[in-house]
Amino acid sequence: MVDTTQLKNELLQNVSAAQDMKALEDVRVAALGKKGKITELMKSLSSLSVEEKKEMGKKLNILKTEIEAALDKQKAILEEKELNEKLAHEVIDVTLPIRPEVQGRIHPVSKIYEEVVAIFGQMGFEVAEGPDIEDQFHNFNALNTPANHPARQMQDTFYIKNLESDDFDDSYVVRTQTSSVQIRTMEKQCPPIRIIAPGRTYRSDYDATHTPMFHQVEGLVIDKNITMAHLKGCLYDFVKAFFELDELPVRYRPSYFPFTEPSAEMDIGCLKTKTELKIGAGDDWLEILGCGMVHPNVLKAGGIDPDEYQGFAFGMGLDRLAMLKYGIPDLRTFFESDVRWLKHYGFVPLDVSSMTGGLSNNGGAQR
Amino acid sequence: MKFTLSWLKEHLDTQASVDEIAETLTKIGLEVEEVFNPASNLKGFVTAKVENCEMHPDSDHLHLLSVNDGKQNLQVVCGAPNVRQGLIGVFAPVGTLIPCYKEVLKVGKIRGVESFGMLCSEKELGIGEDHTGIIELPQDTKVGVPAADVLPIDPVFDISITPNRAECLGVRGVSRDLAAAGLGKLKPLEIRKISGTFASPVKVKIEDFDACPTYVGRYIRGVNNKAQTPKWMKDRLTAIGLRSISPLVDITNYINYDMARPLHVFDADKLKGNITVRMAKEGEKFISLEEKEYALDSKSLGICDDEGVQCLGGIMGGQEKGCSDETQNVFLECALFKPECIARTGRHFQIDSDSRYRYERWVDPKSNVLGSDYATQMIVDICGGEVSEMEIAGSEDCAERVAYLRPERMKNFVGIDVSSDKIIEILTNLGFKVSVEADGRIKAISPTWRGDIEGEHDLVEEVVRMIGLDNIVPESLPHDKLPHQVLTPAQQRMLTVKHELANRGLLETVTWSFTDSNIAQYFRRQNDDVVLLMNPIAADLNEMRPSVLPNLLLGAKNNIARGYGNVALFEVGPEFFGRKPGQQTLVAGGIRVGQTSKKHWTGEARAYDVFDVKADALAAIAAANGPFENAQITTDAPAYYHPGRSGVLRLGKNVLAYFGELHPSVTKKIGLKQRVYAFEVYMDNIPLPRDAQSKAKKKLELSQFQPVDKDLAFVVDKKVKAIDVITAAKTADRNTITDVRIFDLYEGENLPENKKSIAISVTFQPQEKTFSDQELDVLMKKVEMAVCNKTGGQLRS
Repeated sequence: MVDTTQLKNELLQNVSAAQDMKALEDVRVAALGKKGKITELMKSLSSLSVEEKKEMGKKLNILKTEIEAALDKQKAILEEKELNEKLAHEVIDVTLPIRPEVQGRIHPVSKIYEEVVAIFGQMGFEVAEGPDIEDQFHNFNALNTPANHPARQMQDTFYIKNLESDDFDDSYVVRTQTSSVQIRTMEKQCPPIRIIAPGRTYRSDYDATHTPMFHQVEGLVIDKNITMAHLKGCLYDFVKAFFELDELPVRYRPSYFPFTEPSAEMDIGCLKTKTELKIGAGDDWLEILGCGMVHPNVLKAGGIDPDEYQGFAFGMGLDRLAMLKYGIPDLRTFFESDVRWLKHYGFVPLDVSSMTGGLSNNGGAQR
Repeated sequence: MKFTLSWLKEHLDTQASVDEIAETLTKIGLEVEEVFNPASNLKGFVTAKVENCEMHPDSDHLHLLSVNDGKQNLQVVCGAPNVRQGLIGVFAPVGTLIPCYKEVLKVGKIRGVESFGMLCSEKELGIGEDHTGIIELPQDTKVGVPAADVLPIDPVFDISITPNRAECLGVRGVSRDLAAAGLGKLKPLEIRKISGTFASPVKVKIEDFDACPTYVGRYIRGVNNKAQTPKWMKDRLTAIGLRSISPLVDITNYINYDMARPLHVFDADKLKGNITVRMAKEGEKFISLEEKEYALDSKSLGICDDEGVQCLGGIMGGQEKGCSDETQNVFLECALFKPECIARTGRHFQIDSDSRYRYERWVDPKSNVLGSDYATQMIVDICGGEVSEMEIAGSEDCAERVAYLRPERMKNFVGIDVSSDKIIEILTNLGFKVSVEADGRIKAISPTWRGDIEGEHDLVEEVVRMIGLDNIVPESLPHDKLPHQVLTPAQQRMLTVKHELANRGLLETVTWSFTDSNIAQYFRRQNDDVVLLMNPIAADLNEMRPSVLPNLLLGAKNNIARGYGNVALFEVGPEFFGRKPGQQTLVAGGIRVGQTSKKHWTGEARAYDVFDVKADALAAIAAANGPFENAQITTDAPAYYHPGRSGVLRLGKNVLAYFGELHPSVTKKIGLKQRVYAFEVYMDNIPLPRDAQSKAKKKLELSQFQPVDKDLAFVVDKKVKAIDVITAAKTADRNTITDVRIFDLYEGENLPENKKSIAISVTFQPQEKTFSDQELDVLMKKVEMAVCNKTGGQLRS
């Protein structure tokens, strides 16, 4: 009978001594290969007696199983070691910058458009539109501003040249206010009316708060029982939602617009310091919009009976709203296409405004 | 409109503080722009007494003083001619900010003598014009008290007057409004009725009563225009920014601001013959008092003598017949001119004046005789003279303006309950003649100084103004259902397109709707009108843009000049093709210049090319839910594009978009040396979904068999278009071929000069079972045949 203990110890030692897959394979072949030591012993069983064969066979099988397990274990260890060595060679510098990904931006005026639409949409308004070039009727006459009305001088109007005549021709203008959309809406639609009309407007003026082109949003509400109290409620609801404040002091000052009567201007409370302007409670007031009850002549011009219907209108500057909410100091910069400005004040394209999902997440982080 | 507190108190009996007055003005619609209180500049100034006054040892006009400022005696050098011992004046100690010089006073050394302070003139304190000497205060003035407590300080209010409130262009009107708002009592107007002693030698004839219904003239002989304008009048005029010129001019200016009543004074000795109020002849000459010459037209109203137009009625006096220091006899004009005529002429000749400003809005038609008396009284008081009888042409009579107010309108129009009594009180205080009709309506006859009251809504406004808008309780708009879609489909997709383009890496910008004609000319398309502004704000913003591209290019140019060479911009906005409303179209346009990024370690930065902007155009069309897969591509883009590197995406005749490299000769005109890639997507040309169209998507058919990709390469003529290869391959077997991609394009070695190789990868999708090799061979052969037939090419071996 051969003593397998010594063989087992010898083989196990060899297994654990194998430091790479090649050496381990050699050990396996030396033990379990065709001419391996265990294989040889297995072969020699035939020369033994039945009793011995049985006993020896059992021992050899146990030995074989043990050695195979040891080989598997060592193989796993070596594989892991080999993988680790391979990975150690694959190290890269993860602090390297990522591939350039260009992300565009949405202009603040577009963003404010979406915010304003979201808020007034919630109050049941629809968005109406009108042309940038207007005729006398829609820009002035229908808005109760006949020729030579001093209010026409409140706004420095751009006139469109008549190429067939050198004379002063004031037939067509670029609209001085989005109020012209009021008339176009009334011409098409019967009351009740609840619209806002955002768009480009034009006046000949240029400084830090005036540009020859800017954006207004007009509002018009016409129904049977709409009063000035609704005007105040609607606009108060709007400014609170827009500036995302629970409380916002407001005041109304009587004013004059040819197309409304009574007319008013709305101021919101603010705190002015040398370095910043904070909307909300403070000692100062900031003019934010003009409004009033629609003048009966305007209703008539729009084909609506002022004895049956009444309502209010308002207008405010989208760019001005953007300046106030997002702290943009100079209106002229809105139209300069400076990529540094557009990246800084613009909004990530996936920042979509809604009343339920939020008006803005402040533009997202700049990449 | 500016006025001072003392001026206001001339008409208004009030104890209200400056702050209360300012707050009330804004609350009733006379918005305060600024209140300037000269006292705010007088910090540190004190009353002081000249204890001792002797000549400066080294000067023949300077004095050396010992000044008692209430605490100590200080040595002061003073050059004022009126300084003397015992005088009590206003003293600026060292360290005081002198308003007039805007400098802090330091210890001075004048001709070797130190001076520790200064005695001041009115001008130096910014409270008056007088600089002839130092201020002399009454002898009983306490020494050492703040100067602001004893000086006649007159705060100045600057308010903005809306066009409907012409009467508030006079202090009287403002006072009346304040009185009606409960801030005091309006004092009665005290104007003496002056009777003349002789008939006016100058007669007046009105030829055009539509333009000038009333003209009240008066001859005053023997006036002295060298007399001094009284100090109170001078101070008030100076405080509101008017220069004192001569008593006669000062009086007309004063009454203009006091009563909103324009006047004119002729030097009667310079007038030839009588006054005729008539329309000017075409081309008739007029030289204004600003010495500008005008060639008038037949719509300009002239105040004329035998020698022609001497005054542009209600707008500006003439140079020739105005008053001077030597004037002895004057003819005073107090007339009414109609707003339409004034506005037309003023605008036509671009003449602004205080007079035009008032006539254009409204001048009380019943204030001619009154105004004439008021001015006559002042002229006689200040300049002396003997007064003629009034020379009146036309009449002051005018129709009563009546409006009615149903008291319940306050509740159902404004949303606030106001009693009839309160309404009557307010309107009466504002000068309306008020009575109550049998049916409860309030009848209000407008005062003649109000030209703006037409109907009930105007009366409502008057009442609301006085009640205070803040007293209306806000009420949210009623709405009882879920809001419906706010945006039209066209508006909605405009937003989607903006977000898509921004997501593709373009920065959204907004540029002027105007542009420079010199650049725009290259971008106008055939048959489009040139849309020019008659009065552009700048020569290079003179045309309504025929394309969004010029302004984007200028933007790119500016960015490049600032060192930002990689520019990708887009704008969604209008382009104009005619001067009438609606002759505009909405365009999503963009440009790319430079590289995708600055150079990068991955080597991925590359120059932009035509396929970037083609992708932009296609992405925009897709975002608008347009037919981007069916769009044809033609190569007839407008001439401002590179003739060989541009395309048109279209549906038949309908242009969806242009894209490509811009023509180098056009970009060069703008000053761009770089290649510029641009696209313009015509939003209005993308078909909108039909109203009834369901939002449900087409059913998704999924095959359970794997698709097979096979590659083929063709040698074709260079002029063969890639799209023809793709389309031929795609249509070779519509049932199985689901996709065709070009994966290689080759020209050069191993190919003839005029040939190129196009390699395509075709995806075959089995429908019922996987393809056998034989079936695949047949399909590939079909593709080969289709492409070769269409292009005249052959399979590359």
